[in-house]
Amino acid sequence: MEKSASSEFRIVEEPRKTLAMNPKKFAMWLFIGSVAMLFAALTSAYIVRQAEGNWLYFDLPQLFTISTVVILISSVTMQWAYWSAKKDNLETVKIMVTVTTILGLAFLILQFEGWKELVANRVYLVGNPSGSFLYVITGLHGLHIISAVIFLLIVLVATYRYKVHSRSLLRIEMCTTYWHFLGGLWLYLFVFLLLYR
Amino acid sequence: MATIDVHSHTSTQHDDHGHEHEHHHGNFWTNYVFSEDHKVIAKQFLITGMAWALIGGVLSVLFRLQLGFPDADLSWLRPILGGWLTPEGKIDPEFYLALVTMHGTIMVFFVLTAGLSGTFSNFLIPLQVGARDMASGFMNMLSYWFFFASSVVMFTSLFISTGPASGGWVIYPPLSALPQAMQGSGLGMTLWLVAMALFIVSSLLGGINYITTVINLRTKGMSFTKLPLTIWAFFFTAIIGVLSFPVLFAAALLLIFDRSFGTSFYLSDIYIGGEALPNQGGSPILFQHLFWFLGHPEVYIVLLPALGITSEIIATNSRKPIFGYKAMVGSMLFIAILSFVVWAHHMFVTGMNPFLGSIFTLLTLIIAVPSAVKIFNYVTTLWKGNIRFTAAMLFSIGLVSFFLTGGITGIFLGNSAIDIQLHDTYFVVAHFHLVMGSASFFGMVAGVYHWFPKMFGRMMDEKLGYIHFWLTFVGVYLVFFPMHYIGIAGFPRRYYSWTNFETFSGFADLNMLVSAAAILTLTAQFIFLFNFIYSIFRGKVAPANPWNANTLEWTTPRHPGHGNWPGEIPTVYRWPYDYSKPGAKEDFIPQHIPYSETPESNLPHENELVKLEMNDGAIIVEDKKHH
Repeated sequence: MEKSASSEFRIVEEPRKTLAMNPKKFAMWLFIGSVAMLFAALTSAYIVRQAEGNWLYFDLPQLFTISTVVILISSVTMQWAYWSAKKDNLETVKIMVTVTTILGLAFLILQFEGWKELVANRVYLVGNPSGSFLYVITGLHGLHIISAVIFLLIVLVATYRYKVHSRSLLRIEMCTTYWHFLGGLWLYLFVFLLLYR
Repeated sequence: MATIDVHSHTSTQHDDHGHEHEHHHGNFWTNYVFSEDHKVIAKQFLITGMAWALIGGVLSVLFRLQLGFPDADLSWLRPILGGWLTPEGKIDPEFYLALVTMHGTIMVFFVLTAGLSGTFSNFLIPLQVGARDMASGFMNMLSYWFFFASSVVMFTSLFISTGPASGGWVIYPPLSALPQAMQGSGLGMTLWLVAMALFIVSSLLGGINYITTVINLRTKGMSFTKLPLTIWAFFFTAIIGVLSFPVLFAAALLLIFDRSFGTSFYLSDIYIGGEALPNQGGSPILFQHLFWFLGHPEVYIVLLPALGITSEIIATNSRKPIFGYKAMVGSMLFIAILSFVVWAHHMFVTGMNPFLGSIFTLLTLIIAVPSAVKIFNYVTTLWKGNIRFTAAMLFSIGLVSFFLTGGITGIFLGNSAIDIQLHDTYFVVAHFHLVMGSASFFGMVAGVYHWFPKMFGRMMDEKLGYIHFWLTFVGVYLVFFPMHYIGIAGFPRRYYSWTNFETFSGFADLNMLVSAAAILTLTAQFIFLFNFIYSIFRGKVAPANPWNANTLEWTTPRHPGHGNWPGEIPTVYRWPYDYSKPGAKEDFIPQHIPYSETPESNLPHENELVKLEMNDGAIIVEDKKHH
């Protein structure tokens, strides 16, 4: 908003970056930290609650295994997109970002179908807290995936406008970091839910 | 109320700037309302925080009226309170609970978190580390407006017919989860949760910005060992906030599911009017774990900025280097780490395993060590100093006093055995109001007195400041000291009436004193409010460096524009505490003065640094350290 005012000063001198990290990237890591704390809180609550007994055992839906594979593949394509952007293979970037977006959407659909499977297995949101936890944790992760898909779409638009290339990597780099984090987070949640159910 | 304040304040700024023909870019809306300038955002936080403090203070006096003068006829308050008074002119018991709850919520979150961190982290971080602005001005602006939206929702909840949330600021379920439990657990509680969700977003946006700015946007030469202690304090505060607020969000989220979607995270085996609720298998203790995992760090989110502000003010006005700079940083770091592993001391009597209780007792008592280090360092900084008793200095010394008296009772409360007697009594109220409430409030007020000249380009009136200090200082002790006795005698907090039980009737006179002192203390704050508003318009014009302080903010023009320094950002050559250095011409050497200009006061190792400065500025000194 006040670009004119600030740029007038910035030409004179920019403070030396004492760490070699872009502030936006750094802020992204802090955000990731706070999301990690959110899920750490929920999974700790899960363990504490489970230890108290009266816990309904559940089977994770088969589809969650497939969605895990999907999100792992999407991490590979995302990384591929990033490396291609670094090498200025812009066509590959477009394809790979598109593929990642589609895989992300596929993951969301699979999660939703997985919920249907849970309902078929008589695991409901309202009822024993084990089911409630399952829905809240996977749902909250899904919400974060939605935010990442929106981020992917922004990057996608930018790639089609040729704004993502070896000298303009910030956006796709942050997107890659976030996507890998959410993939890793799902892997953690999946293994966690398998071990403590 | 908050809106009006922000507008009146911003329009003053507009006039002030207009007269001095400062450069204007953008229009009124982008400059003063949706501003991305950290200084404007800081003032927005300050004014909103002050409005909240006033509301929170008035609420506390209302319930103190009930406690101190239970037989008084309060019908004269009917124009304001309306249906919240019983036909006999007494405060409605449910409204009493709402008052206590809202007082706690407002003071802890809206005043001492947003008002304190929001104001001073925003204002001082870029100015003291030497940055043009925050890492992301846009996020910073969003942070304020999320806080504002949260304020609007919380403020609205005061006026709905069923009243605001009433289950205590800790909102323990099942009381807060069941609308049938009390009026306040209906719409009021929903609004509380919405407001807090917005508040958490605001805190995270702010906190992420503060950390990023401190780490990435420091000026040349500003190494971590040259950071003022204020910045260290804000830095740790922001880290604690980023780590703990998501946990509160998780707790609130599950509570929202319990309230609105019928889940049973916190609810089990509940009968209302003989009817069993369908909820099975929940655990209310789980909420307490989640809540206090935020709740305890929150105490330090409130306190650390105040401690940082005092460190700076005490060193400046003692005209002495802060005693034990590294010990100060170390103890703040230690406090920050410990704050995450002591939460269960709030839950000693929830049926916790006694062995676990003894572990949390141990961890809790360890906090006394870094706290004592800090008090020791404050006292030794004052020791034989050339003390200037400015209003800010008095409030800082007041903070040290409260931190000590309130901290000592923490040693009793942190003990799981003694806590059986003391928990949920007025002893707890006295403890945390002194150590966290009053201490942080004094830090905040000290900060306003000290940085007012930088914020508004004018000085506050010192005499009014003294009167404000003494009335508040004496008032606070008169309010909270007697509460220790009442608490040891076993009177529980949050009770509506003292006189219903024969045992506690004996304290009626003591309570009358407490209430009278509370009214006095609140009244004294209007002196401050008058001083604040009057000085914005008519205060003495401030010199560039009114306190002869060393930190970078005093090298900016009287009214810093967006970007803070008109020319280059000054380079930093020395730590911020070179006060009364032997041999120096004056009793202070600001951070941007190179050692080559002060040969008369340099120590041998500093003369070595001069050679490096000669090469190509101080960067090389820093580079040597970093690589």
